[in-house]
Amino acid sequence: MSVLVVVECDKGEVKKSSLEVASYGAQVAQMLGTTATAVAVGEATEANLAALGEQGITKVLFDAEPRLKDFVNGAYTKLIAAAADKEQAKVIVLANSNIGASVGSRLAVRLKASLATNVVELPKTDGGQFTVKRGAFSGKAFADVTLSGDRKIIAVKKNSIEAQHNGGQTAQVESFTAQLSDADFADAPKQVIMQDQAGGILLPEADKVVSGGRGMKGPENWHLIEDLAKALGAATACSKPVSDVDWRPHHEHVGQTGITVSPNLYIACGISGAIQHLAGVNSSKVIVVINKDPEAPFFKAADYGIVGDVFEVLPKLTQAVKELG
Amino acid sequence: MKFLVCISNVPDTTTKITFTPDNKEFNKAGVQFVINPWDEYALTRAIELKEAQGSGTVTVLNVGEADTEPNIRKALAIGADDAIRVNAAPKDAWFVAQQIAHYAKEGGYEVILMGKESIDYNGFQVHGMVGELLGIPTVAPAMKLDMSGNTATLEREIEGGKEIVEVAAPFVASCQQPMCEPRIPNMRGIMTARTKPLKVVEAVGEGAATAVAEYQLPPKKQGVKLIDAANAGELIKLLRNEAKVI
Ligand SMILES: Cc1cc2nc3c(=O)[nH]c(=O)nc-3n(C[C@H](O)[C@H](O)[C@H](O)COP(=O)(O)OP(=O)(O)OC[C@H]3O[C@@H](n4cnc5c(N)ncnc54)[C@H](O)[C@@H]3O)c2cc1C
Ligand SMILES: Cc1cc2nc3c(=O)[nH]c(=O)nc-3n(C[C@H](O)[C@H](O)[C@H](O)COP(=O)(O)OP(=O)(O)OC[C@H]3O[C@@H](n4cnc5c(N)ncnc54)[C@H](O)[C@@H]3O)c2cc1C
Repeated sequence: MSVLVVVECDKGEVKKSSLEVASYGAQVAQMLGTTATAVAVGEATEANLAALGEQGITKVLFDAEPRLKDFVNGAYTKLIAAAADKEQAKVIVLANSNIGASVGSRLAVRLKASLATNVVELPKTDGGQFTVKRGAFSGKAFADVTLSGDRKIIAVKKNSIEAQHNGGQTAQVESFTAQLSDADFADAPKQVIMQDQAGGILLPEADKVVSGGRGMKGPENWHLIEDLAKALGAATACSKPVSDVDWRPHHEHVGQTGITVSPNLYIACGISGAIQHLAGVNSSKVIVVINKDPEAPFFKAADYGIVGDVFEVLPKLTQAVKELG
Repeated sequence: MKFLVCISNVPDTTTKITFTPDNKEFNKAGVQFVINPWDEYALTRAIELKEAQGSGTVTVLNVGEADTEPNIRKALAIGADDAIRVNAAPKDAWFVAQQIAHYAKEGGYEVILMGKESIDYNGFQVHGMVGELLGIPTVAPAMKLDMSGNTATLEREIEGGKEIVEVAAPFVASCQQPMCEPRIPNMRGIMTARTKPLKVVEAVGEGAATAVAEYQLPPKKQGVKLIDAANAGELIKLLRNEAKVI
C-alpha cells in the first residue's frame, strides 16, 4: 500500500501545482505510515523528477513514450491506473486542474474509488473515517466530505497547500510502461496551441494576480495592469464584461462562470465586486481593491483598499514595487 | 443525431449561501434555483447543431426531485424537444453519473453534453464518470464544438492553452464559454414547452461514494485597511512587511 501522486510536467519542469500535490501526497503517506510514489506525465527531465525528493517523494515512475508529452485522456488514465495497481495505491492525489479532473473522474470509475475534487486541506482520519475539506458553492463555502471507498482519489485545489522543500533529498526515477497501444491515443490532440504568455505567468498557477474591470475603460489602458503585474511577477486577469467585449481573452475571466483563482495576492483594479466575481476570487489570501467609488461592494471583501482613480494609482504602485528592488 | 443535454438545478449566482442549523444541508429556503449557467452553453449548442443538421433531437436530462421541473420546462422552452427527470435527490456525482450513463445508453444518445461544472458542488467530475461508464471519450472542458457527420472537432481548454481534439460519436463533452451565446426562452418556446414530453423515471445503480459530513462558511474578513491614494506606494510596503505576500 502506498500513496500515488500524479505529477504534471511542462517543458521539462514540474508544474507548481504538482509540487503542491507532491507535498500533499507525501504528508498523507506519512499520516498513513507509508511512502509516496509519483507517476509523471507530460514533458519531464530526469533531474527535475529526481528533485521531487524535496517534496518527500521516494520514487517516480516515468514512461518516456513521446506521445505522452501532450495530454491524452485515454492514455493518461491507463498509465495512472497501471501505476496505481503496481503500487497498490489506496490514495491517489492529483491537481484540481483540467488534466487532473479529466483523468481523476475516469479513474474513480475504473478503480472503484471515491473521488473528492477541489480539496483545500490534508485529510482527517480519526474514527476510521477519511474526511477531506473541499471548496463548494463557488468559493462561498466549504464541505467536509467523507470518502467511503476502499480507494480514494483527491484532487487538490491550487495554492491551497504549500509546496515543501527539503533540500538535498532526491527521488529514485524508474522507467515504467503501461503497454499503451494506438487505441489509447485515439483521443490525442490534433494540435496544441499555447497562449502567448505575456510575462510568462499562467493565471491558474499564479500566486499573485493583478486584475482589471470595466473601470479600466478600454484595452488600450491595459499596459497599466501589465506593468504592475510584471513588476510583481503576477499574472493578469479580468472581470467577465471585460472578456465579453474582447478587451481581454476569455481565459483571463475570473469568477463564478470563469476561472476560480486562489492566489496569495489578488489586486482588483476598477472592478465593482459583484457576487459572481467574488465567487471566483474570494479564497485569495490577501485581496487589494482599487476603486474610485468608496461604496463599491468589493471593499467589503478586501484586506487593503485604495479609494482612487486607477489611472493615477496604478503607476504609483508599479513605481513603488520597482523601488523595493 | 440524438443529443442528450444534462442539466443541473442550482442556486442562482447571487444567492447568499447558508446552511441548516446542524450544518449538514444547504438551506434552500427562499432560494431561487436556475439552470446551471455552464449547462446553458451545452443546451444552446446542442440546439444549434441539431438545427444545422436539419434533423435529430435534443433531450434534456436532470437527476432531481419534482421541484426541478420548472427549470426542465425552461430548457424545453429554450428549444429542447423532450425531457427525462430521474426522480431522486442527486446524492453525489457518482450517483448522478450512473443515472446519466444508464439513460444515455438506453436511449441510444450519440452526443452527451453537460456543463463544465455545477456552480454549487463544483465537482467537475460527472463528465469523466459518464464517459468511463459508457467506455467513450470525454472532452472537458470544451470551448468549441463543431460536428461534421459523425465526427466532432472540439477545442479543449488546458492550463495555458488549448488542444484541438477530434472524436467520433458517441462521446461526452463538458461545455463552457465561448462555445455559443446561450439562448433565452421566447414566448412561443414557453407556450410549446408546456406540452413537450417530460418523462419521469426511477433511479438505478448503486448509492453514493461520498457524503457531506458538514458544511462551513469561510472565516469573516477582518475589514479593509484603507490607504490614502496620494500615498499609494505605502500599500506596497504593507504588502511586503505586514501581509508578507510580495
Ligand atoms: C449568471 C451570471 C454569471 C456571472 N459570472 C461572472 C463571472 O464569472 N465573473 C465576473 O467578473 N462577473 C460575472 N458576472 C457579471 C457580474 O454580475 C458583474 O456584472 C461584473 O462582475 C461587473 O464587472 P466590473 O466590475 O468589471 O464592471 P462594473 O460593475 O461596471 O464596475 C466597474 C467599477 O470600476 C469602478 N471605476 C470606474 N472608473 C474607475 C476609475 N477611473 N478608477 C477606479 N475605479 C473606477 C467603478 O466605481 C465600478 O465599481 C456574472 C453575471 C451573471 C448574471
Ligand atoms: C438535496 C441535495 C443534497 C445533495 N447532497 C450532496 C452531497 O451530500 N454531496 C455531494 O457531492 N453533492 C450533493 N448534492 C449535489 C448533487 O449531488 C450534484 O448534482 C452532484 O454532486 C453532481 O455535482 P458535481 O458538482 O459533482 O457535478 P459536476 O461534475 O460539477 O457537474 C458537471 C455537469 O454534470 C451535469 N450534472 C450535474 N448534476 C446533475 C444532475 N443532478 N442532473 C443532471 N445533470 C447533472 C451538469 O451538466 C453539470 O454541469 C446534493 C444535491 C441536492 C439537491
